[in-house]
Amino acid sequence: MDLSLQIGSLRLKNPLIAASGCFGYGVEYADVVDLSALGAIVSKGLFLAAREGHPAPRIVETPSGMLNAIGLQGIGAQRFIDEKMPELRARGATVIVNVCGTTIDEYVEVSRMLADTEGVGAIELNISCPNIKEGGIQFGCSLNGTFDVVSAVRKVTAIPVIPKLTPNVTDVASFARAAEDAGADAVSLVNTFLAMVIDVETRKPKLSNGVGGLSGPAIRPIAVRMVHECRQMVKIPVIGMGGIADARDALEFMIAGANAVQVGTANFVDPFIWTKLLDGLCDYGRRHQVERLSDLVGTVNA
Amino acid sequence: MPIDVAARVIANRPLSSDYNVLALAAPDIAAIASPGQFVMLRPGTGRDPLLRRPFSIFEILRDADGAATGLSILSKRIGVSTSLLYDAREDQRIDCLGPLGRPFTIVEPPSQAWMIAGGVGLAPFATLAEALTAGGVKSTLFYGARRAEELFYLDFFRRLGVELVLTTEDGSLGERGRVIAPLDRRLADLPAAADVMLHACGPEGMLAAAARTAGKYGRPCEVSVERIMGCGLGGCYSCVVPMRGADGAVHHVRSCIAGPVLDADQISWE
Repeated sequence: MDLSLQIGSLRLKNPLIAASGCFGYGVEYADVVDLSALGAIVSKGLFLAAREGHPAPRIVETPSGMLNAIGLQGIGAQRFIDEKMPELRARGATVIVNVCGTTIDEYVEVSRMLADTEGVGAIELNISCPNIKEGGIQFGCSLNGTFDVVSAVRKVTAIPVIPKLTPNVTDVASFARAAEDAGADAVSLVNTFLAMVIDVETRKPKLSNGVGGLSGPAIRPIAVRMVHECRQMVKIPVIGMGGIADARDALEFMIAGANAVQVGTANFVDPFIWTKLLDGLCDYGRRHQVERLSDLVGTVNA
Repeated sequence: MPIDVAARVIANRPLSSDYNVLALAAPDIAAIASPGQFVMLRPGTGRDPLLRRPFSIFEILRDADGAATGLSILSKRIGVSTSLLYDAREDQRIDCLGPLGRPFTIVEPPSQAWMIAGGVGLAPFATLAEALTAGGVKSTLFYGARRAEELFYLDFFRRLGVELVLTTEDGSLGERGRVIAPLDRRLADLPAAADVMLHACGPEGMLAAAARTAGKYGRPCEVSVERIMGCGLGGCYSCVVPMRGADGAVHHVRSCIAGPVLDADQISWE
């Protein structure tokens, strides 16, 4: 079965992508996973400068899910280029960088630096992190803001631009449309759902940040619905994510309309999940006589 | 490279109504583990609880020829996952990923090694004590708990020739109070020419006090920290500890890969 797909100028050998913030900078997993066997890896979010993020506790578990409020700790774009990209290139990884900003100028500058770096295949624009006040989400929660960030970055780079959308809006498909209108090559969704967990003994939130983003199997049906809505609204590829924990989950997203999928939380539980997912996709292809996995995209009989 | 095995439960021995020692058939992990390293366990099979939990490797289990047959963990029942581990049955399978993290520094004679354990913080010291004894290092265990019934494995350490300094909060065994008091006195009495390395594991307040006390006498101290951990491999950035870097600034350091054993004098204690 042909597993490959195209996102703008970027060819992925399969649709399995390690989600941003769930795979470090990729190099952390180089001894555990054959990075070149993944469709792509997405880096942790990168601003121009390094950031320390929030104090611990940064995660809390919930039924079939978890909240995180890391606060976009990161080493900044230049150190990523200097310290992480050489190993990622040597390992043959297909690299998508997750770009953050507090202003449009910062998105543009970080994108320009990374687009000029050998081995960077695409830019995922983080306009959806729920955990910091001053970056991203104000663009991702406004149709004009989404349009403006995407078109500004679009102008300075030839590599694919993939805005990552927040589910914390009433109509996510309209944001996919705004991104497409601004020249995005694809959209990825969903980022996490803004959520809260309280310790009833102390009456304090369990996260240092108070609130955090919910991920994991608990959110999957909502994410599938949102991917399906976006598929009907735009022609560009959709990268789906939200609680994928096995091959059937990945197939569900693809049938709903995702051209590729990202896996995050499940990688924490099982860092060896990637070969299991790939085997599961191939097994499905054999059982259903699928020649090209991309033929499944958006085939839900709704 | 860490190994993931669906480890069979060899035995599950309750030590009290809260504590248990769980023996797991994970010989490949046990064979390459160093004192202070940890494993990520997944006690359930479904998706609630979802994440694995980190546990210090307590004992390396060996057959008559000395070959590693598995490992055990010392667990205290606190939440959902530790309750599942407390109730685990023989022959049940538990996903076990490891060995992970930075181990303890093992000194050589004539340096001594002093271990400071509070409650379930005893966990990393059984393997460390074995390594110290094997290396001919004179060692002492300062071990504190709430009451006598919660001081475990004392004979294990005695058999290894480890000197025991015990404290209980209710005074039911050893000195009444916290473990830092005798530590402070012993450090005060130690000749300046004698080298000693401190290793501490336990509640955060005890670690901070151990670090402070070590600093007061200018002695090196390693602490094994416990943080809520998502992955154990450096992927999620959940388990950070504020540490002073070479640049003098405080940075959030991932305790799963930079630790769990960290140099106490670099941690920015609150």
